[in-house]
Amino acid sequence: MSDLQTHAAAITAQFSEHLEIDEQDVKERLETVVDEYRIPPEEARRTVRNQYLEEADLDDDAVTTSGNEMVGVGTIETDESWIDVTAKVVELWEPQSEAIAQVGLLGDESGRTKFVSFETSDLPAIDEGEVYRFENVVTDEYQGNYSVKLNRTTDIERLDESIEVGDDTTTVQGALVDIQSGSGLIKRCPEDDCTRVLQNGRCSEHGSVDGEFDLRIKAVLDNGETITEVICNRERTEELTGITLKKAKQMAKDALDTTVVAEEMSEELLGSYYAVSGPELGRYVLADSIEPLGEPTETESVLIEARSI
Amino acid sequence: MSSTEIPSREVARRVFATEFNDATFTFKESDDERAPVYQLLPTGEKANRVFFSGTLTEKEDVGEDNEYWRGRIVDPTGTFFVYAGQYQPEAARMLRELEPPAYVSVAGKPRTFETDDGSKTASVRPESIAVVDDSTRNRWVVETAERTLDRIERFGEESNEYARTAEENYEIEPRKYTEAVVSAIESLEETTDTTGSDAIGTT
Repeated sequence: MSDLQTHAAAITAQFSEHLEIDEQDVKERLETVVDEYRIPPEEARRTVRNQYLEEADLDDDAVTTSGNEMVGVGTIETDESWIDVTAKVVELWEPQSEAIAQVGLLGDESGRTKFVSFETSDLPAIDEGEVYRFENVVTDEYQGNYSVKLNRTTDIERLDESIEVGDDTTTVQGALVDIQSGSGLIKRCPEDDCTRVLQNGRCSEHGSVDGEFDLRIKAVLDNGETITEVICNRERTEELTGITLKKAKQMAKDALDTTVVAEEMSEELLGSYYAVSGPELGRYVLADSIEPLGEPTETESVLIEARSI
Repeated sequence: MSSTEIPSREVARRVFATEFNDATFTFKESDDERAPVYQLLPTGEKANRVFFSGTLTEKEDVGEDNEYWRGRIVDPTGTFFVYAGQYQPEAARMLRELEPPAYVSVAGKPRTFETDDGSKTASVRPESIAVVDDSTRNRWVVETAERTLDRIERFGEESNEYARTAEENYEIEPRKYTEAVVSAIESLEETTDTTGSDAIGTT
């Protein structure tokens, strides 16, 4: 997104409730001001915003600086929404690309979400463990996972307060009705900080590489009302199935085929009931624990309910 | 919801054999050729997938040229019929290898067929068949009892469109299934009160 396009989107978002406003028109106005009057984009944004304030017959405070809704980061579930958040920088990660200035996790009481800021946005750096108010960030969705992108129009204000970050741990129960592809003995890209799962020996980022073996289970829990997709990492997979990475490699070697591992795991796990708890990440629950469930406990109360109908 | 979202997986309904076998009316919710086909449960719910646990009591290869396995799987209220052939290789392999009686869990798709005499029957095309223990089977009975009671309790609600469709297409009082629920749970108490494993169901 070009600079002016970003400003245009922000202004459009601010006024969309008050005016019939079109992002392209906003951008054209910004371009006029910038090109003809040679003023910097930041100043152009002020000017154009004031024009719209006047057209809408609004006071400056009626449309707040951002005009956005303050949203809990754990509750984000729309793509391309302009929002404000007040959040703690839970973790900063090493950027994987030169275009990225900072990447990591933001957290507040409602949960956590990934954030990205880009070099081109030229924003002040934020520090791990500190709390900030971010005005004008935009949400993004990738494969059901939501994140926020900081941009040139984002206002970052450091706050002198602390936030208890919610761990959004959830517990689900149900019958394990499916083991998805990409389960069992898999290979991951060995490049530093890349853990992508290889498809036919290829990493989508780094091409053909010599992968490193790992174990994983992607399973579907179904309770008859809703389904939940669950991911077990190597430790959980080993605990649950008793198949260690070493044993899995041996099984694959003996069979000259890695799929035997997932097949054996499916045979053992399918059709039984489990309770899983762990943090939610997009549409997945990452299993911190997964326990088989035994005899039913509700028998008596269900019988009483049935007799009362 | 974004438009790029992949179609969500259909939930596996919990339904006792007696209700499942009554559920011979099917429908689609869109004109699209590939739209999912739903079985209408008489207690007022649509089912595109079911999950059940029971006792495999018999299996038979009823295919002529190719293997085509039929299994009878019994719950406290009746019998599910499952059919698996070359397009369900994993389920067919399980039926070939299993020795009845055995506790199994099945996830699969409801199918209805018209028999020679014009009556309709419902059966299951299994996606997976797995050997399980008796506590899994018992858990399924209680869970299915709860889900069935939930449906019966919601049946009278005016906004319950599947219940209204059920009223139009079946001449069955949902009350019938309340009795099935009671006897299913009672059978469970009997089995757990006595020695348990001896009480495997018969056809």
